[in-house]
Amino acid sequence: MDLRTPLARAKGLGAARQGCEKWWAQRVTAVALLPLTVWFVWFLAQLVQLPHADMLAWLGKPVNAVLLLAYLGTAFYHAVLGLTVIVEDYVHLFWLKALSLLALRLFVGMLAAVAVFAVVRIVP
Amino acid sequence: MVAFRLPPHSRIRLGKTWPVPEGAKEVLTVHVYRFNPEEGGNPRLDTFQVDRARCGQMVLDVLIQIKDQIDTSLAFRRSCREGVCGSCAMNINGRNTLACIQPISELGESITVYPLPHQEVIKDLVTDQKHFFAQYALIEPWLKTTTPAPERERLQSPEDRAKLDGLYECILCACCSTACPSYWWNSERFLGPAILLQAYRWIADSRDEATGDRLDELEDPFRLYRCHTIANCTDVCPKGLSPAKAIAEIKKRLLMRSM
Repeated sequence: MDLRTPLARAKGLGAARQGCEKWWAQRVTAVALLPLTVWFVWFLAQLVQLPHADMLAWLGKPVNAVLLLAYLGTAFYHAVLGLTVIVEDYVHLFWLKALSLLALRLFVGMLAAVAVFAVVRIVP
Repeated sequence: MVAFRLPPHSRIRLGKTWPVPEGAKEVLTVHVYRFNPEEGGNPRLDTFQVDRARCGQMVLDVLIQIKDQIDTSLAFRRSCREGVCGSCAMNINGRNTLACIQPISELGESITVYPLPHQEVIKDLVTDQKHFFAQYALIEPWLKTTTPAPERERLQSPEDRAKLDGLYECILCACCSTACPSYWWNSERFLGPAILLQAYRWIADSRDEATGDRLDELEDPFRLYRCHTIANCTDVCPKGLSPAKAIAEIKKRLLMRSM
């Protein structure tokens, strides 16, 4: 039985005094992803036409490698922010939410590390 | 966790169908959600047949006709009957609105009336709005100043007064908040569009001296940032206001003060 007053229930633990930064980061990464995704799709279309050796050489060019790393970093950061919002929306049990958010960061962090490592390894 | 089906005791069953009134030439079929906690059991959907010639033009007129002529046990809130008090907010043909300003002629041959979604039902179309109004109290909806009160009124330029247009008209009917999926899932912590619009009404007021404190109280991943801007609130508002825009203005101010 919850005998708190309605106001005590509405106030809960108070305001966290944060959220603005992540909200802004989600919008900034979304806008950055617009040109980066266009470039990435064009980049994939080029790659499939090339033999393996040419593909490695093309990927090894500083401009292409930097743009690819920028795309990967932005996309993974944007994905973490978006998926965090989904977990916060739908998972209400505190321990399950904390575990889900930890697992999410670990999983996306590992994916990002593998992707970045793969690009760095190609650059001569 | 979020639930995709209603809990077993909330699932709606088919209820009683009332006969066509004698001598009725044009009959309007009205399905109404019924729940009486004293009787127990599941809620049901009763079907009433109303003589169109004997009732007024709005859905509230139909409900009053039903209560007066067919079933006096039907419970619903109403007061001003002109879209000012916000009491008769309910879900009519799948859309939250005020029964008193919803013309029957816009609804087709049958009307289905449910209480506002995702609020606990006290009886029939009457929902428990304790939490909603406690959230309103949380934002401290009054002018706050530390400067001693002037001898005459607190001055405000016509331009600053105009900034309150589209905000002060909110009647707190809760149509918007109960149309918001984010409020359905997280109403315990998310303040919802109605309360955030009211909060912005004080943030936008040039006479108020607590803007920073008000923003502090709103900056929270749940209180404010559960709004994902789907704008159901703006779509349903029976007063034509835009809570989605007010929420965007709050987010903008939080960003402005951090840059």
